[in-house]
Amino acid sequence: MERIPILRMGDFLLVTIQVDMHDRVALALQDDLTNRIVKNHARGVLIDISALDIVDSFIGRTLANIASMARILDAQTVLVGMQPAVAITLVELGISLPNIRTALNVEKGVSLLRAEVENNIMERDANYDI
Amino acid sequence: MQTTTSDRLTVRAEEDVVKVRQATRSLAQKTGLNLVDQTKVVTAASELARNTLVYGGGGEVLIEAISDGMRSGVRLTFEDKGPGIADIELAMKDGFTSGTGLGLGLSGAKRLANEFRIESRLGEGTTVVITKWKG
Ligand SMILES: Nc1ncnc2c1ncn2[C@@H]1O[C@H](COP(=O)(O)OP(=O)(O)OP(=O)(O)O)[C@@H](O)[C@H]1O
Ligand SMILES: [Mg+2]
Repeated sequence: MERIPILRMGDFLLVTIQVDMHDRVALALQDDLTNRIVKNHARGVLIDISALDIVDSFIGRTLANIASMARILDAQTVLVGMQPAVAITLVELGISLPNIRTALNVEKGVSLLRAEVENNIMERDANYDI
Repeated sequence: MQTTTSDRLTVRAEEDVVKVRQATRSLAQKTGLNLVDQTKVVTAASELARNTLVYGGGGEVLIEAISDGMRSGVRLTFEDKGPGIADIELAMKDGFTSGTGLGLGLSGAKRLANEFRIESRLGEGTTVVITKWKG
């Protein structure tokens, strides 16, 4: 079975989904990312879906699971490049992805991820003070 | 109603769900559906093909380009000989799932299509037909 490659960029992991994934490939990506967050001590995950021409309930659920899993492992997730037609369809399908931050492109996604990670560190330090 | 092109695919594995998406996209493009409508019908096809596989134990999908003289569109028929659905009204509800899904496949596919029809008999199987018109 094909696997989606995961690249490392400093503290971040970058995934570019370029193929029309069947369900097991999506599940494998979820597992691989979870393992890599731990192994590489990643603070953020950037998922580029600009090449995806649909996101159905299964892929939507997988993306939401990745974000929840990352959150538990103290990493932030940003989704970039969702095509407008995909966004419109996703809303009509009934999926809202409430826990995922989104950005227009990879560059903006990286800035957002940096900001999120800093924010998270500041919040944590603030909690230690209490 | 006239059928101009048709294609029949078997759904037996997850890879076949991808093939249904691709065949639906290609016919929706040929029929001249705009990008948003293409995306909607392909997404609906993905949901229904996965149901055919997961709950119906596999089946067949008929993908047709149709015309009623006034307009043209894409019609998809998903057919399985699985266990059937005991309570269709319940199955159609947003959020109802007997498995681990979100329960959005049937209700979502209905919203994404222009026409939606479901027939099911316990012990005999399930047929879902959707149509997306151009324009
Ligand atoms: N072809 C079918 N044969 C038998 N039962 C079906 C079939 N399609 C759907 N169902 C039943 O209807 C329920 C609702 O289906 P629906 O596609 O809306 O949600 P789901 O598949 O459970 O979750 P999701 O599609 O959001 O991942 C299913 O859980 C299943 O019990
Ligand atoms: Mg479903």
